[in-house]
Amino acid sequence: MAKITYIAHDGSSRTLDVKSGLTVMEGAVKNNVPGIDADCGGACACATCHVYVDEAWVDKVGKPSAMEESMLDFAEGVQANSRLSCQIKVTDDLDGLVVTTPESQH
Amino acid sequence: MPKAGVVIVGSGHAGGTAAALLRQYGYAEPIVLIGEEPLAPYQRPPLSKAWLKGEADAETLMLKPESFYDESGVGLHLSTRAERIDRDAKAVVMAGGAVAPYETLILATGARARRIPLPGLDLDCVLALRTAADADALKRALGPGKRMVVIGGGYIGLEAAASARALGAEVVVIEREPRVLARVACETLSDFFQDYHRRHGVHFIFGAGVEAIVGGDGRAAAVKLAGDTLVEADVFLVGVGATPNQELAADAGLHCNDGIVVDLDARTSDPAIFAIGDCTRRPMPIYGGRLHRLESVPNALEQAKQAASAIAGRPAPAGEVPWFWSDQYDLKLQIAGLPFDAVETIIRGDVASAKFAVFHLDAQNRVRAVEAINAPPEFMAGRLLIGQGKAVAPDRLRDMSISMKEVAA
Repeated sequence: MAKITYIAHDGSSRTLDVKSGLTVMEGAVKNNVPGIDADCGGACACATCHVYVDEAWVDKVGKPSAMEESMLDFAEGVQANSRLSCQIKVTDDLDGLVVTTPESQH
Repeated sequence: MPKAGVVIVGSGHAGGTAAALLRQYGYAEPIVLIGEEPLAPYQRPPLSKAWLKGEADAETLMLKPESFYDESGVGLHLSTRAERIDRDAKAVVMAGGAVAPYETLILATGARARRIPLPGLDLDCVLALRTAADADALKRALGPGKRMVVIGGGYIGLEAAASARALGAEVVVIEREPRVLARVACETLSDFFQDYHRRHGVHFIFGAGVEAIVGGDGRAAAVKLAGDTLVEADVFLVGVGATPNQELAADAGLHCNDGIVVDLDARTSDPAIFAIGDCTRRPMPIYGGRLHRLESVPNALEQAKQAASAIAGRPAPAGEVPWFWSDQYDLKLQIAGLPFDAVETIIRGDVASAKFAVFHLDAQNRVRAVEAINAPPEFMAGRLLIGQGKAVAPDRLRDMSISMKEVAA
């Protein structure tokens, strides 16, 4: 279990307990957190679950795979701390994680 | 008297998402969600993939946790059939006679497996794959030493074939056309998928007319092909396309034409009734506004957004390029666009190494569609190019030394 804070583009935020084993994307979608569309449900096929990982957490969350990186390459507003949240598995180590969602996923 | 609010008929991906989005968008009136299946809204794509292979649990499959509906004030009526729409009274009449009054109605009735007139279709062990119950029945029938016959070489059949191989079952795919994916993919892709499946031990019978499914004691045992050939198996999966569930709408006098016809707000010919997802026929702005039926999750989500935005009084969402994906073995297929008006195909990458894309260009060299195998940059850049309607230089598209970023720039 990890507490994850999702900050929306407008600054509003929600902090949720997300079970280990789920992804950061699933934690948002299942709790109806706006800002993450996840059209493909976690298949790393659509890049509509793009998030910015809080700088303090970038190392702990780790780097994207080659597949994810090439999807991210073409997403809107990509930054060095961009990740696809369907590819971040929640573990106890990520307790306290903060991510921000972009203005649009499309 | 309480306000009538929104009634959604159909608790699939489209209907469930519409309910969730309405709440996200601040819609505060009552929402009622009516569905025939016993389960709260769940994701269908994993049914032929991770779910079939036993790699996904029920919690992952569900769109939202059960508690969401109570907490969000969405009234769930599961295992409940909507019998008819009374447009004058603005109410949906459910089986058993209960009535759900609406201010706004959303039809998200989906599509059902197309039934071909085939003797033996009602025997045990003859299955379709649309619902979680279908997938569970199929899963029980598969395993090492078992044999599955797939009638129809479409996406569902091929995905199920790949999953069945992973479970150790033998698979024979019987297709009426001379190739798989004949209606939905280009020949290069068909050839590629056939080869890939063959290398994973799947057998194909092409150009074969199925005459009957035969068996004894009510249980199917073999498929009978023209010329009296029998193909025996333990389970038979029929995947020959889908038929939109438009009867509820058609009976209520809404405009239907192989799908409930809607506009870009997902509104039907009755301004108080919307329709979203597989049951609709919708305008395609990128392709000159022609009407098309899209059977895909991204389309269900886009139309859920359109309807929820219109109902909640938000600006219409930006148009999206239609897209689709399929996972088979270690292959990731991503398709964007539709090859309307395409006159030329360009192959980029190496088919033999399972990393390539097929671009479909129109007479003005505009990308209309891209089919990408293990090639996310080609898919992502292709999707952008389709949306922009920009012309590309075919030679640059073919040239792997020029990155997709540069091609799309």
